[in-house]
Amino acid sequence: MSKKLVYGIFEDEDLLLHAIRSLRQKGVKVVDVISPYPIHGMDEALGLKRTRISICCFLYGVTGTALALLMMWYMNIFDWPMDIGGKPSFALYKNLPAFIPVTFESTVLCAAHGMVITFLLRSKILPGVEPKIIDVRQSDDRMVMAIQVKESQGAGDFRSMLMTEGAIEVKE
Amino acid sequence: MHAESELRLPLILGDKSIHQITEDVCRPVEAKANKYWWMCFIVAFSLFAWWVIAVSYTVGTGLGVWGLNKTVGWAWDITNFVWWVGIGHAGTLISAILLLFRQKWRLSINRAAEAMTIFAVICAASFIVSHMGRPWVAYWPIPLANQFGSLWVNFNSPLVWDVFAISTYFSVSLVFWYSGLIPDFAAIRDRAKARGDKMMHFWYTIFSFGWVGSAKNWQRFEEVSLVLAGISTPLVLSVHSVVSMDFATSLVPGWHTTIFPPYFVAGAIFSGFAMVQTLMIMTRKVLNLEEYITVYHIDMMNRIILITGSIVGIAYITEFFIAWYSGVQYESYAFINRATGPYWWAYWSMMTCNVITPQLFWSRRLRNSVTATFIISIFVNIGMWFERFVIIVTSLHRDYVPSSWVMYHPTWVEIGIFLGSLGLFFTCYLLFARFCPVIALSELKTIVKTSSSQAKKAAKHHTHEEVVH
Repeated sequence: MSKKLVYGIFEDEDLLLHAIRSLRQKGVKVVDVISPYPIHGMDEALGLKRTRISICCFLYGVTGTALALLMMWYMNIFDWPMDIGGKPSFALYKNLPAFIPVTFESTVLCAAHGMVITFLLRSKILPGVEPKIIDVRQSDDRMVMAIQVKESQGAGDFRSMLMTEGAIEVKE
Repeated sequence: MHAESELRLPLILGDKSIHQITEDVCRPVEAKANKYWWMCFIVAFSLFAWWVIAVSYTVGTGLGVWGLNKTVGWAWDITNFVWWVGIGHAGTLISAILLLFRQKWRLSINRAAEAMTIFAVICAASFIVSHMGRPWVAYWPIPLANQFGSLWVNFNSPLVWDVFAISTYFSVSLVFWYSGLIPDFAAIRDRAKARGDKMMHFWYTIFSFGWVGSAKNWQRFEEVSLVLAGISTPLVLSVHSVVSMDFATSLVPGWHTTIFPPYFVAGAIFSGFAMVQTLMIMTRKVLNLEEYITVYHIDMMNRIILITGSIVGIAYITEFFIAWYSGVQYESYAFINRATGPYWWAYWSMMTCNVITPQLFWSRRLRNSVTATFIISIFVNIGMWFERFVIIVTSLHRDYVPSSWVMYHPTWVEIGIFLGSLGLFFTCYLLFARFCPVIALSELKTIVKTSSSQAKKAAKHHTHEEVVH
């Protein structure tokens, strides 16, 4: 059974949120909303699962810490320890205070870049990707609500429902 | 439900609709550059060309063309490096720290401030590379396997910490700035499509990475912004602390003091905000964005300048006190020499510009005056330049052994590189204003319902109605 999407175009974020809630209550499947800016309350209204990207960030950060400590241990303690101004060079824990700045910076570097690259890849936001434009003003001041309907249905079936909720246009 | 106290001043004036906001912010990018832009660009680019000449001459002939000598091994080069890095800090503070403090007024200025950070760090890095005796081996401070038995860098050294700190700071700021720009580039792309402008549509499709503002994308975008802000906050605090350690971990009198990390960070925020003020006052006038970068925004930034300026003032007094209280004659002499020695004029410029001028911002009239802010912000930047100059040169030119005492004078090359770096900075900033929206367009739209002038009027009317009935 094939599905297709019908779009309701809104102008006002409050009407949009209200429409989503009432449509979902009626059993209509609201699959996505395109807006020019993040709308507060949208995640709950659509029932979106929490993003795990901050967990990824933490894991990348821990990797950065481990990488930095391993690197400095290998280079300054194991491979070629040197007596520089009498500073210790035989055990990592002895040099740890001096090694903290580089460890911290490496943590931040790996966490930030890892997270952003993950975000771009997961959301498929990359140079060369063609954007899906339903309404050319969707990045200006219009919000697009996409509802999933049966192949046999069309915009006309949902027009009155969407218009009463405050949509200014309905298309498919 | 949107609720914000009606006592708070509106952050967007002029009863702007969301479409109007898009128009106002995108218009400077879509229209041809006006004559002010060209005038500024010609001046900036000429200075930048001068930078290219001066740096090429330095690299081609050697550091002997500078005024450095055996006693004063660091002078204008490191002064300028620290000055530029310090200026960069305000951008991250505005984007990251003000985000964590939920200060909505940052939304009009954060994009331009972040761009300023990136260009300032580029200028700072240029001084590091040009001050190296052999810039063609500038990659040596990076820990890479090599043919010298794999000679590794010394991770105990603040100079190596600097390599990691500055490169992390630059790359993370760049990524934070660019990821915020993606939805705004998408807005320009879609407008270009609507207008039928094929060239702009093509380029901005690439630059916007195919962004579509779907709910999941915005959810991830908000999370990424929040986490980057959370990471960037300790990053920015650590970067200037690490830079200050270049001095604090030495034994030079006047440098070897534990106050340097917090003192440098406060000073960086101080000079950074002053530069943001200078840039924003010019930008809002030239691009007609006075209803977005309002007098309230200028007032709030001036308050931060006042606070950080006061911290810097207290740090000066503390240093002076400790120099006497420690009983270390070299430390005491370093400060007596600063105030009364051959560079007294630099010291007193620093004191007037940094301690006295920010205190003027206690006056509400001056805080809200655009002209006064512009003039004071330039004085603050001059003062902060002199602060770094005084710290570096006065401590180096007369330290422990009087037979090594010497004077330092910059040559035309060093002056040229400094003025040229201003050219580099302003060239980059002007190009940014030309091709990117200078205000965080999509983020600004999120506050229209709570903080715009029409929302405030509606709230007041609503409250009045409640009271009356």
